[in-house]
Amino acid sequence: MKTSRRQFLQMSGGVIGASMLPFLKSVPANAAGNDVLVAVIGQTINSLDLHRTGTNRASYQVAINCYDRLVSFGTREVEGGGLAYDYSALEPELAESWEVSEDGLTITFKLKSDATFWDGSKVTAEDVKWSFDRSVSVGGFPTVQMKAGGLVRPDQFEAIDEETFVIKLDQPSKLTIPDLAVPIPFVINSRVALANATEDDPWAMEYLHQNPAGSGAYKVARWAPGEQLVYERNDAWVGGPLPAYKRVVLREVPSPSTRRALIERGDVQLSFDIPDKDASELASKVDVFSTPIDNCMHCLCPNSNFEPFQDPDVRKALAYAVPYEAIFKTAAYSQGLPLWGGDAQIDDIAWPRKSPYYTDLDKAREHLEKSAFAKGFEVPLSISLDLASWMEPTALLIQENLNSLGIKTEIEKIPGANWRTAALVEKRLPLHLENFGGWLNTPDYYFFWAYQHGHLFNSSNYMNQEIEDLVSATLHMPMDDPDYAPKIKRMFEIAFEDLPRIPLWQPSLNVAANGVTDYEFWFHRQLDIRPLKPA
Amino acid sequence: MVTAITSRQCRAVLGRLAQTVPVLFGVVVISFLLTRALPGDPAAYFAGAAADADSIEQVRESLGLDKPLPQQFLIYLGDLARGDLGQSISTGQPVASDLASRLPASLELTLMALLLSCCLSIPLGVMAAMRPGSAIDHLCRVVVTAGVSLPTFFTGILLIYIFYYLLGIAPSPLGRLDFIYLEPDRITGFYLIDAAIARDWETWTGALKQLILPAITLALFTLAPIARMTRAAMLTALSSDFIRTARAAGLTERKVLFVYAFRNALLPVVTTLGMVFSFTLGANVLVEKVFAWPGIGSYAVEALVVSDYAAVQGFVLAMAVLFVLLNLCIDLLYTAIDPRIGFDAQ
Repeated sequence: MKTSRRQFLQMSGGVIGASMLPFLKSVPANAAGNDVLVAVIGQTINSLDLHRTGTNRASYQVAINCYDRLVSFGTREVEGGGLAYDYSALEPELAESWEVSEDGLTITFKLKSDATFWDGSKVTAEDVKWSFDRSVSVGGFPTVQMKAGGLVRPDQFEAIDEETFVIKLDQPSKLTIPDLAVPIPFVINSRVALANATEDDPWAMEYLHQNPAGSGAYKVARWAPGEQLVYERNDAWVGGPLPAYKRVVLREVPSPSTRRALIERGDVQLSFDIPDKDASELASKVDVFSTPIDNCMHCLCPNSNFEPFQDPDVRKALAYAVPYEAIFKTAAYSQGLPLWGGDAQIDDIAWPRKSPYYTDLDKAREHLEKSAFAKGFEVPLSISLDLASWMEPTALLIQENLNSLGIKTEIEKIPGANWRTAALVEKRLPLHLENFGGWLNTPDYYFFWAYQHGHLFNSSNYMNQEIEDLVSATLHMPMDDPDYAPKIKRMFEIAFEDLPRIPLWQPSLNVAANGVTDYEFWFHRQLDIRPLKPA
Repeated sequence: MVTAITSRQCRAVLGRLAQTVPVLFGVVVISFLLTRALPGDPAAYFAGAAADADSIEQVRESLGLDKPLPQQFLIYLGDLARGDLGQSISTGQPVASDLASRLPASLELTLMALLLSCCLSIPLGVMAAMRPGSAIDHLCRVVVTAGVSLPTFFTGILLIYIFYYLLGIAPSPLGRLDFIYLEPDRITGFYLIDAAIARDWETWTGALKQLILPAITLALFTLAPIARMTRAAMLTALSSDFIRTARAAGLTERKVLFVYAFRNALLPVVTTLGMVFSFTLGANVLVEKVFAWPGIGSYAVEALVVSDYAAVQGFVLAMAVLFVLLNLCIDLLYTAIDPRIGFDAQ
């Protein structure tokens, strides 16, 4: 996005004064005033359009902060401090209200009548339809994520009048409305987009990649990939309470040590996604929000294509051999939640949950001796170089314990670009570490991706007919259905008995704040700047 | 006479440039083949977190990677001929514009570092050579050994720790400009030059302040080869016959040292400088990471990690062109330093 110096200063015009402050020379960063926030991230934002092929995770925050969805989630307090989104409380964003028909197949949304795009034009049902059509048509990740909510074809969406939008479903699903609150189905100003669309590019991918056109709480004032993104508040936003910061400067600083120095000195007010080590060490100096990531766990995956792992006793031997406590302390610096040593009895449907396994090398040996591989075997233990910060120490500790059982492992480090292909697409790694996290926070959703046969994150090639049936039955079933909880509990039992994934711990997302409050954790693990306030 | 030499030189330069065409073509072929030989699958990578086989195929198609290799190469050549380096998938920008914004950042940093480094290492090398075995010689040895043996990321973090974190003298290590400044209007891409053209001295100072720590970090690392080469070349020159003759003829020590010895010692130093420059430009990745410097090194490494073909190829090509130009400059410098060296002989 190109803006000349003059235009840029004019953009902040109207409210000259406070919002001009950060660009007055010689004003130290920490005295920049209460309406400017400076935050640092380690990654780079590579697109302003989430639907584009190749848009990376860090860029999702543009969809969150600059665009609106029909609905959003509420806020809850996290045990142990801090705030997080509330999966159980759906709240309106662009929609004023919605109604689900009795058969659950039709959802009718009424849009807020005062909602406008940045250019002042009204947000209409036609815009919503165009944006949803785009999400299900462009392919790649957006289309896959829409499918999770049963949204597959453009003919499922209909603009009845300016303020009424209807979704028709092929089957009722509890995931549909929550799936409208994920970053993907954001509402684009379709007139602006269409004016910049071409025959080769009917969805204006090229234009929206550089020039967002939304109705969200913030506009993009400047974007220099690899350097910074500057958000400017949209004072006409009706999606929620007006954010406290007029301008948010997001700088990209790759080195974690540099980010740490910046936040400790107070020259930046927020450092997003800091390493576990910094989170444990910084807690005494600045505010650290360390939130366990919902529906996510780090696990050890024995692949059933590899012969020894077809033997249930070998898998149990692994589960008893893992040095859980040591891994949690060394690799996670005790950030997150332990997932071992739980009750054998399953009383509730919380997920992730503690597995009934714990470190006991004698038990591990017993199981191994019962198996056909009593003398041990050799297997590579694969890790991703991109995730080496937790995978490497974890793998080393596991290697040590397996070695004492006679299972010889060699740690195989796979470059990030090959990792997805090897682990998830080809599913050819015999023993590896994995860390899927589901956006929609229900156990059946996790099982759908990670335990059902052939699905992407089922990197263990796990196949159990009962799990297949249970997942298919529960995926769209309302959670208050009397059949739901028993079925889910049965799923847990099988998962812990068959052990295609051996849970290690539930990781956390760490954020350091120095002068900012009201940080909220979101399932998408990106920075939502809208609720932030100066301390 | 003078004009005759210039036109001959002109022709020689053009000849040299023509010779580089096959070299560059070779670079294009090799970089194309090497990126394809990388064991990554960009389609799977860029399809995102929850992509299935279908969406990976869609991505592969949209990236043009489903076509056979020779066809991909022809398309690439056609694009190159039109001056189009392709689109980087990881940054989402055309490779040409990425390079145009990142190369000046790296060049500015590298040139600044080399300037600092030369200001320190050449006098140090000369003095060490004048009195071998003296205290200054030992000092020279200690400084260069320390400089080269400390890894750049370590020096960088140490400098940040002392001058920014503890003392608070240095500005926030936030890249080329602190966020309170706006970058100067783009003319050359060098902030110092652009800010000077715009007569915006506050931005100029701001940019200079950001440059100091990373430039010192890099300079420390490049001290060693330059200082050692200066010392060695000066020692050789000082012990040669023509210096003895000059001294015997009663020329002043100053004249002997600077006109006769130093000028002759410069040739190997300039050669070293050229090499140091090219490896520093590519190798300052770690400094770029530590100081959040949006340079070309970190760009190339990130592109390589995610198998971003167009970006890697663009980087290799840009570096090849730069290297060719650099060698040309050094050859021209040779003839200026030592008139005995004819350009044609090169």
